[in-house]
Amino acid sequence: MKKFFFVIILFILSLNVVHANEDLKNKIYKNVRCIVCQGQSIYESNSDFAIDLKKLISKKLDNGENEKQIYEFLISRYGEWIVYNPRFNLNSLSLWLLPFFIFMIGGFLIFRLNKNKKR
Amino acid sequence: MNNKYKIIILGATIVIIFILFLKVLNSDKTYQPNQMIGKKLPEFILEDLFNKNTKVDTSVLANKDFIVLNIWASWCVPCQIEHPFLMSLKDKKKINIIGLNYKDESKNAKNFLKKYGNPYSIIGVDKKGEFAILLGAYGVPETYVVEKGKIIFKHIGPINEDIVNKILQLKK
Repeated sequence: MKKFFFVIILFILSLNVVHANEDLKNKIYKNVRCIVCQGQSIYESNSDFAIDLKKLISKKLDNGENEKQIYEFLISRYGEWIVYNPRFNLNSLSLWLLPFFIFMIGGFLIFRLNKNKKR
Repeated sequence: MNNKYKIIILGATIVIIFILFLKVLNSDKTYQPNQMIGKKLPEFILEDLFNKNTKVDTSVLANKDFIVLNIWASWCVPCQIEHPFLMSLKDKKKINIIGLNYKDESKNAKNFLKKYGNPYSIIGVDKKGEFAILLGAYGVPETYVVEKGKIIFKHIGPINEDIVNKILQLKK
Protein backbone atom coordinates (compact mmCIF):
# COMPACT_ATOMS: atom_id res chain seq x y z
CA MET A 1 0.00 0.00 0.00
CA LYS A 2 2.83 2.37 0.96
CA LYS A 3 4.52 1.67 -2.34
CA PHE A 4 1.30 2.46 -4.17
CA PHE A 5 1.00 5.87 -2.46
CA PHE A 6 4.68 6.55 -3.10
CA VAL A 7 4.20 5.89 -6.83
CA ILE A 8 1.10 8.12 -6.96
CA ILE A 9 2.94 10.98 -5.19
CA LEU A 10 5.86 10.61 -7.58
CA PHE A 11 3.47 10.67 -10.53
CA ILE A 12 1.74 13.85 -9.28
CA LEU A 13 5.10 15.53 -8.65
CA SER A 14 6.37 14.66 -12.13
CA LEU A 15 3.16 16.07 -13.63
CA ASN A 16 3.82 19.32 -11.76
CA VAL A 17 7.39 19.48 -13.08
CA VAL A 18 6.20 18.93 -16.67
CA HIS A 19 3.50 21.56 -16.19
CA ALA A 20 6.00 24.10 -14.79
CA ASN A 21 8.34 23.42 -17.72
CA GLU A 22 5.50 23.97 -20.21
CA ASP A 23 4.56 27.22 -18.47
CA LEU A 24 8.13 28.48 -18.73
CA LYS A 25 8.31 27.50 -22.41
CA ASN A 26 5.07 29.34 -23.17
CA LYS A 27 6.25 32.37 -21.19
CA ILE A 28 9.42 32.55 -23.31
CA TYR A 29 7.51 31.92 -26.56
CA LYS A 30 5.16 34.81 -25.72
CA ASN A 31 8.10 37.16 -25.12
CA VAL A 32 9.92 36.30 -28.36
CA ARG A 33 8.90 38.25 -31.44
CA CYS A 34 8.37 36.41 -34.70
CA ILE A 35 10.50 38.68 -36.88
CA VAL A 36 9.04 37.40 -40.13
CA CYS A 37 5.44 37.93 -38.99
CA GLN A 38 3.49 41.10 -38.33
CA GLY A 39 2.96 41.83 -34.65
CA GLN A 40 3.00 38.22 -33.53
CA SER A 41 5.03 36.37 -30.95
CA ILE A 42 6.42 32.96 -31.85
CA TYR A 43 3.76 31.55 -29.47
CA GLU A 44 1.01 32.79 -31.78
CA SER A 45 2.77 32.09 -35.06
CA ASN A 46 3.00 28.91 -37.08
CA SER A 47 5.56 30.27 -39.54
CA ASP A 48 8.65 28.17 -40.26
CA PHE A 49 10.82 30.66 -38.42
CA ALA A 50 8.60 30.57 -35.30
CA ILE A 51 8.48 26.76 -35.32
CA ASP A 52 12.29 26.54 -35.62
CA LEU A 53 12.78 29.00 -32.77
CA LYS A 54 10.29 27.15 -30.57
CA LYS A 55 12.15 23.88 -31.20
CA LEU A 56 15.49 25.51 -30.40
CA ILE A 57 14.20 27.15 -27.20
CA SER A 58 12.66 23.87 -26.08
CA LYS A 59 15.95 22.08 -26.77
CA LYS A 60 17.92 24.70 -24.85
CA LEU A 61 15.58 24.42 -21.85
CA ASP A 62 15.90 20.64 -21.91
CA ASN A 63 19.69 21.11 -21.93
CA GLY A 64 19.42 23.06 -18.70
CA GLU A 65 19.72 26.61 -19.99
CA ASN A 66 17.68 29.20 -18.12
CA GLU A 67 15.34 31.90 -19.41
CA LYS A 68 17.98 34.65 -19.20
CA GLN A 69 20.55 32.60 -21.15
CA ILE A 70 17.99 31.94 -23.89
CA TYR A 71 17.12 35.64 -24.24
CA GLU A 72 20.83 36.52 -24.31
CA PHE A 73 21.42 33.99 -27.07
CA LEU A 74 18.50 35.29 -29.15
CA ILE A 75 19.52 38.95 -28.64
CA SER A 76 23.10 38.11 -29.67
CA ARG A 77 21.72 36.71 -32.95
CA TYR A 78 18.78 38.95 -33.77
CA GLY A 79 19.22 42.07 -31.64
CA GLU A 80 17.06 43.57 -28.89
CA TRP A 81 14.10 43.62 -31.32
CA ILE A 82 13.56 39.88 -30.91
CA VAL A 83 12.24 40.22 -27.34
CA TYR A 84 9.04 42.03 -26.41
CA ASN A 85 10.40 42.85 -22.99
CA PRO A 86 13.79 44.42 -23.72
CA ARG A 87 16.68 44.46 -21.28
CA PHE A 88 17.16 47.46 -19.03
CA ASN A 89 19.50 49.89 -20.80
CA LEU A 90 20.13 53.64 -21.15
CA ASN A 91 17.45 54.04 -23.83
CA SER A 92 14.74 52.30 -21.83
CA LEU A 93 15.86 54.14 -18.67
CA SER A 94 15.30 57.53 -20.32
CA LEU A 95 11.87 56.35 -21.51
CA TRP A 96 10.90 55.41 -17.96
CA LEU A 97 12.25 58.62 -16.45
CA LEU A 98 11.00 61.11 -19.05
CA PRO A 99 7.31 61.11 -17.99
CA PHE A 100 8.43 61.57 -14.40
CA PHE A 101 10.59 64.60 -15.33
CA ILE A 102 7.81 66.10 -17.45
CA PHE A 103 5.40 65.60 -14.54
CA MET A 104 7.84 67.32 -12.17
CA ILE A 105 8.29 70.30 -14.51
CA GLY A 106 4.51 70.59 -15.02
CA GLY A 107 3.94 70.42 -11.27
CA PHE A 108 6.58 73.07 -10.68
CA LEU A 109 5.03 75.39 -13.28
CA ILE A 110 1.53 74.98 -11.81
CA PHE A 111 2.93 75.64 -8.35
CA ARG A 112 4.67 78.82 -9.57
CA LEU A 113 1.57 80.07 -11.39
CA ASN A 114 -0.62 79.51 -8.32
CA LYS A 115 1.90 81.29 -6.13
CA ASN A 116 2.01 84.28 -8.49
CA LYS A 117 -1.83 84.43 -8.63
CA LYS A 118 -2.07 84.50 -4.82
CA ARG A 119 0.30 87.46 -4.75
CA MET B 1 17.35 82.95 -7.37
CA ASN B 2 16.80 85.48 -10.09
CA ASN B 3 13.74 84.84 -12.28
CA LYS B 4 15.92 85.09 -15.39
CA TYR B 5 18.13 82.21 -14.22
CA LYS B 6 15.09 80.11 -13.34
CA ILE B 7 13.73 80.53 -16.85
CA ILE B 8 17.13 79.62 -18.34
CA ILE B 9 17.39 76.48 -16.17
CA LEU B 10 13.81 75.49 -17.02
CA GLY B 11 14.44 76.07 -20.73
CA ALA B 12 17.68 74.07 -20.65
CA THR B 13 15.95 71.18 -18.85
CA ILE B 14 13.16 71.11 -21.42
CA VAL B 15 15.71 71.16 -24.27
CA ILE B 16 17.69 68.29 -22.68
CA ILE B 17 14.50 66.26 -22.24
CA PHE B 18 13.52 66.85 -25.86
CA ILE B 19 16.99 65.86 -27.09
CA LEU B 20 16.77 62.65 -25.03
CA PHE B 21 13.27 61.99 -26.32
CA LEU B 22 14.36 62.55 -29.91
CA LYS B 23 17.36 60.25 -29.44
CA VAL B 24 15.15 57.44 -28.17
CA LEU B 25 12.58 58.00 -30.91
CA ASN B 26 15.26 57.90 -33.59
CA SER B 27 17.00 54.81 -32.25
CA ASP B 28 16.59 51.77 -34.46
CA LYS B 29 13.73 49.68 -33.15
CA THR B 30 13.45 47.41 -36.15
CA TYR B 31 15.12 44.07 -36.73
CA GLN B 32 18.85 44.68 -37.13
CA PRO B 33 20.32 42.41 -39.74
CA ASN B 34 23.82 43.54 -38.76
CA GLN B 35 23.75 41.94 -35.33
CA MET B 36 26.32 39.30 -36.34
CA ILE B 37 28.69 41.69 -38.09
CA GLY B 38 32.14 41.60 -36.51
CA LYS B 39 31.37 38.35 -34.71
CA LYS B 40 33.10 35.04 -35.26
CA LEU B 41 31.30 32.60 -37.52
CA PRO B 42 29.62 30.07 -35.18
CA GLU B 43 31.15 26.59 -34.98
CA PHE B 44 29.38 24.06 -37.16
CA ILE B 45 29.40 20.39 -38.09
CA LEU B 46 27.10 19.66 -41.00
CA GLU B 47 26.54 16.80 -43.39
CA ASP B 48 28.05 17.20 -46.88
CA LEU B 49 25.32 17.40 -49.54
CA PHE B 50 27.18 15.10 -51.94
CA ASN B 51 28.57 12.66 -49.40
CA LYS B 52 26.50 11.77 -46.35
CA ASN B 53 29.51 10.22 -44.62
CA THR B 54 31.59 13.38 -44.86
CA LYS B 55 31.18 16.22 -42.44
CA VAL B 56 31.50 19.86 -43.31
CA ASP B 57 32.80 21.69 -40.27
CA THR B 58 34.53 24.91 -39.23
CA SER B 59 37.87 23.49 -40.40
CA VAL B 60 36.84 24.24 -44.03
CA LEU B 61 37.57 27.87 -43.16
CA ALA B 62 41.16 27.12 -42.15
CA ASN B 63 43.70 28.94 -44.35
CA LYS B 64 40.88 30.71 -46.15
CA ASP B 65 41.05 34.44 -45.62
CA PHE B 66 37.96 35.34 -47.58
CA ILE B 67 34.87 33.25 -48.17
CA VAL B 68 31.26 33.86 -49.04
CA LEU B 69 28.65 31.79 -47.23
CA ASN B 70 25.34 31.50 -49.01
CA ILE B 71 22.15 30.04 -47.54
CA TRP B 72 19.98 28.55 -50.24
CA ALA B 73 17.31 25.95 -50.99
CA SER B 74 15.94 24.41 -54.17
CA TRP B 75 12.37 25.40 -53.22
CA CYS B 76 13.33 29.06 -52.86
CA VAL B 77 12.45 31.13 -55.93
CA PRO B 78 14.70 34.13 -55.05
CA CYS B 79 17.60 31.63 -54.86
CA GLN B 80 17.09 30.93 -58.58
CA ILE B 81 17.20 34.68 -59.26
CA GLU B 82 20.51 35.16 -57.43
CA HIS B 83 22.11 31.98 -58.78
CA PRO B 84 23.69 33.55 -61.92
CA PHE B 85 25.39 36.14 -59.68
CA LEU B 86 26.82 33.40 -57.49
CA MET B 87 28.03 31.61 -60.62
CA SER B 88 29.76 34.77 -61.84
CA LEU B 89 31.37 35.29 -58.40
CA LYS B 90 32.79 31.80 -58.63
CA ASP B 91 33.72 31.65 -62.34
CA LYS B 92 34.86 35.17 -63.14
CA LYS B 93 35.96 36.45 -59.76
CA LYS B 94 37.28 33.19 -58.28
CA ILE B 95 35.55 33.72 -54.97
CA ASN B 96 35.31 30.74 -52.66
CA ILE B 97 31.62 30.19 -51.90
CA ILE B 98 30.42 27.81 -49.23
CA GLY B 99 26.79 26.74 -49.55
CA LEU B 100 24.38 26.08 -46.73
CA ASN B 101 21.48 24.03 -48.03
CA TYR B 102 18.53 25.05 -45.85
CA LYS B 103 15.66 22.67 -44.99
CA ASP B 104 15.74 20.99 -48.34
CA GLU B 105 15.48 17.53 -49.87
CA SER B 106 18.97 16.50 -50.98
CA LYS B 107 17.60 15.06 -54.24
CA ASN B 108 15.92 18.38 -55.12
CA ALA B 109 19.02 20.32 -54.09
CA LYS B 110 21.22 18.22 -56.38
CA ASN B 111 18.77 18.61 -59.27
CA PHE B 112 18.78 22.38 -58.72
CA LEU B 113 22.58 22.47 -58.99
CA LYS B 114 22.50 20.25 -62.06
CA LYS B 115 20.08 22.63 -63.74
CA TYR B 116 21.61 25.97 -62.76
CA GLY B 117 25.27 25.06 -62.07
CA ASN B 118 27.18 24.64 -58.84
CA PRO B 119 28.93 27.79 -57.57
CA TYR B 120 29.84 26.22 -54.21
CA SER B 121 33.20 24.74 -53.25
CA ILE B 122 31.46 22.77 -50.51
CA ILE B 123 27.86 22.46 -49.33
CA GLY B 124 26.73 21.75 -45.79
CA VAL B 125 23.19 20.55 -45.14
CA ASP B 126 21.14 22.34 -42.49
CA LYS B 127 18.11 20.07 -42.54
CA LYS B 128 16.45 21.51 -39.40
CA GLY B 129 17.51 25.12 -39.91
CA GLU B 130 19.42 25.14 -36.61
CA PHE B 131 22.71 26.47 -37.97
CA ALA B 132 20.80 29.23 -39.76
CA ILE B 133 19.48 30.39 -36.36
CA LEU B 134 23.03 30.31 -34.95
CA LEU B 135 23.95 32.60 -37.85
CA GLY B 136 21.08 34.95 -37.00
CA ALA B 137 19.37 34.16 -40.30
CA TYR B 138 15.63 33.88 -40.69
CA GLY B 139 15.16 32.63 -44.20
CA VAL B 140 16.63 32.06 -47.62
CA PRO B 141 18.52 33.37 -49.44
CA GLU B 142 21.04 35.07 -47.19
CA THR B 143 24.67 35.77 -47.95
CA TYR B 144 27.54 36.34 -45.53
CA VAL B 145 31.10 37.44 -46.20
CA VAL B 146 33.55 35.88 -43.76
CA GLU B 147 37.06 37.28 -43.48
CA LYS B 148 39.57 35.41 -41.31
CA GLY B 149 36.71 33.63 -39.54
CA LYS B 150 34.78 36.82 -38.80
CA ILE B 151 31.51 37.89 -40.43
CA ILE B 152 32.13 41.24 -42.08
CA PHE B 153 29.06 41.57 -44.29
CA LYS B 154 25.56 40.18 -44.48
CA HIS B 155 22.88 40.49 -47.11
CA ILE B 156 19.30 39.36 -46.73
CA GLY B 157 17.50 38.36 -49.91
CA PRO B 158 18.84 37.55 -53.37
CA ILE B 159 22.17 39.12 -54.28
CA ASN B 160 22.39 41.35 -57.35
CA GLU B 161 25.07 43.24 -59.31
CA ASP B 162 25.42 45.85 -56.54
CA ILE B 163 25.98 43.22 -53.88
CA VAL B 164 28.47 41.39 -56.11
CA ASN B 165 30.40 44.68 -56.47
CA LYS B 166 30.24 45.25 -52.73
CA ILE B 167 31.64 41.76 -52.09
CA LEU B 168 34.45 42.40 -54.60
CA GLN B 169 35.23 45.71 -52.91
CA LEU B 170 35.46 43.93 -49.56
CA LYS B 171 37.94 41.46 -51.04
CA LYS B 172 40.33 44.20 -52.09
